[in-house]
Amino acid sequence: MATVTNPSTVSAGSLTAKALREATFTAVMTFFMFVLFIGLKTDQNMRNELILVPRWGLLATFVAIAFFGRFAMVAWLQPWRAASKAAKDAAPADTSDAGFVKRNFSKLAILALVLYPPIILWLFGAQGSLKYIDNFGIQILIYVMLAWGLNIVVGLAGLLDLGYVAFYAVGAYSYALLSINFGFSFWILLPLAGILSAFWGIILGFPVLRLKGDYLAIVTLAFGEIIRLVLINWQDVTQGTFGISGIPKITLFGIPFDASPHGFAKIFHLPMSSAYYKVFLFYLILLLCLLTAFVTIRLRRLPIGRAWEALREDEIACRSLGINTVTTKLTAFAIGAMFGGFAGSFFAARQGFVSPESFVFLESAVILSIVVLGGMGSLTGIAIAAIAMVGGTELLREMDFLKAVFGPDFTPELYRMLIFGLAMIIMMLVRPRGFVGSREPTAFLFERKSVSGSFTKEGHG
Amino acid sequence: MSAVANTMTNDAILKVEHLSMRFGGLMAINDLSFEVRRGEITALIGPNGAGKTTVFNCITGFYKPTMGMISMQQKSGKSYYLERMADFEVTRDAKVARTFQNIRLFSGLTLLENLLVAQHNALMKASGYTVLGLLGFKSYKDASKEAVEKARYWLEKASLIDRADDPAGDLPYGAQRRLEIARAMCTGPELLCLDEPAAGLNPRESQELNKLLRSIRADNGTSLLLIEHDMSVVMEISDHVVVLEYGQKISDGDPAHVKNDPRVIAAYLGVDDDEVETVRHEVEEGAH
Ligand SMILES: Nc1ncnc2c1ncn2[C@@H]1O[C@H](COP(=O)(O)OP(=O)(O)O)[C@@H](O)[C@H]1O
Ligand SMILES: [Mg+2]
Repeated sequence: MATVTNPSTVSAGSLTAKALREATFTAVMTFFMFVLFIGLKTDQNMRNELILVPRWGLLATFVAIAFFGRFAMVAWLQPWRAASKAAKDAAPADTSDAGFVKRNFSKLAILALVLYPPIILWLFGAQGSLKYIDNFGIQILIYVMLAWGLNIVVGLAGLLDLGYVAFYAVGAYSYALLSINFGFSFWILLPLAGILSAFWGIILGFPVLRLKGDYLAIVTLAFGEIIRLVLINWQDVTQGTFGISGIPKITLFGIPFDASPHGFAKIFHLPMSSAYYKVFLFYLILLLCLLTAFVTIRLRRLPIGRAWEALREDEIACRSLGINTVTTKLTAFAIGAMFGGFAGSFFAARQGFVSPESFVFLESAVILSIVVLGGMGSLTGIAIAAIAMVGGTELLREMDFLKAVFGPDFTPELYRMLIFGLAMIIMMLVRPRGFVGSREPTAFLFERKSVSGSFTKEGHG
Repeated sequence: MSAVANTMTNDAILKVEHLSMRFGGLMAINDLSFEVRRGEITALIGPNGAGKTTVFNCITGFYKPTMGMISMQQKSGKSYYLERMADFEVTRDAKVARTFQNIRLFSGLTLLENLLVAQHNALMKASGYTVLGLLGFKSYKDASKEAVEKARYWLEKASLIDRADDPAGDLPYGAQRRLEIARAMCTGPELLCLDEPAAGLNPRESQELNKLLRSIRADNGTSLLLIEHDMSVVMEISDHVVVLEYGQKISDGDPAHVKNDPRVIAAYLGVDDDEVETVRHEVEEGAH
């Protein structure tokens, strides 16, 4: 891309030639990169012998995509971007107040989320709505909550935590074990799971406080794995890899969602349907998300939140101002972990089943990617990233037409991580600071101006 | 050394006694004693690598000295041994604030936010260690307003009020220096330690800085200890100068005295020790 000269100075003809040239080059590169990787597949035949299965069609598809992708990029996308950038530079900065939607974005978003279940129910009926409310709605909101929780540690305090899923696991198992063994209700166990996770956050925080950057990341990663291995191996309590099933459902202040005479449907004289429980869960996780957002926004305006951001910017300066960085980091770990614990107990209640499978490193990586993609520190950006990432992977399951393109063996979900990675790379190239790269100041004297991402730091530990 | 004993008066705010700091085989500071008097501007000068920043780091708790004592005497009569305290306690409890030779601002925070972070401990208490603040108690709102007013006062004083809502990283160099000083002052220190505040400033910025430093002493009753390279700045604003070379004190007194001290001249001209006598001779002859 660096070799491309300013496209406006290049005539249309030579642009096409140039695009063709680059596209051919890219196609050749793609061919060599993928010829062994995609073009040939190892398989076993009837006699258990290893054989090579050629997949020239699929390889051709890849090469064609690379060719046309590069061609479109050079011939159309780059001139268009250059032109729009020039137009933007030429036009005087639009300082007039932003549109109604932009100003009230969060209010509108909350309104849309509140109206989402009834609209879906109305559109698709009780049975058809399950997919949209559960797979898209609840699933995405769980990740929004997790990412907002991790945002406190990574986005605000600048402490790179690769083991966040451990706190999610602590929350989930706390609810699972305590509700099954002691029969406590969700409403008691939700705060308790949060407190237990926060406690583990502090336990993790203590030894890693002195570590920075890479070292911190590795130790938190190890911590996440330790928790998972304990869950696998402490079989008397956690039943190991079998997981714990039959976790009680959440009740609406004592009203269960079942077919019993005291069930929700009977009491309100509604036809039996599992959709009510899903809608209830949707609103519950929405409330939990809003709680997370509310607390985060409040905390940012409190001295502790400012100290977190200051810590991200410069730890030594913090200490020179009399800030106890040890307790400041510990509170960041604890509060971030607490929200992970809330989300975990909700997850356990929603699934009715937990196993160590759900708390692998990949989950931590996904949550962290959402925080980074969204723009570290920005709640709106993170929510958008969660919708794009989690919603996108859910959408992949729906994309049966891809089978027509890539052949009948193609299972789009399996390419989830590939697409995830591609999306990350593209995002980081186009918007290195994430969807929302700017930072909203927590206080202002004369006017609220957002701080450009080029001034904020990511933190060193 | 006898001269040092004579100047050890009771109104010393900071006493450094027999301070030594060793890094491996290097004695960065060797048996250094001096004092900073209340309400004065004391300058610590010396050639590059003399150990000035190391002295600061020892005073402010960033380094643990190998030997020696550093005592801070507050107005209230309370005294603290700084070498025994953690860095953040030195600022929080002993009320000694500092700036850094390479400016350390929170560049992604606005000027106002930088100054609010500096008031962390006061605000933390007012917010009931976050609990009351989270619940939206009025006591925190009031304290927060007061903190903003204090920040406004310092922004005005440092002539930075116009940029209050801009990110600190966006300021020109001289303004960043002033902001770092204003931020240190927001911690409410009795002693302010500045590490080369005039380094890299143009003459106009340098004048603004001098004005700010004088007014800090006059209006706020804060004593200052500053490291400086530029002799003209030192001579203009300081009441008392301590000269360091290779971690040892080579001169101590008022600016006029230090300026004419042949050892200081030798150190600054880079003369070998055995030539000091010759230099002293020349200086004395020049004075006659
Ligand atoms: N953390 C450290 N580790 C090892 N040597 C150090 C350290 N800090 C300072 N020094 C050494 O101590 C000497 C004095 O440095 P410094 O106090 O920065 O000098 P100045 O501020 O007077 O220019 C130098 O030789 C420097 O290399
Ligand atoms: Mg120095």
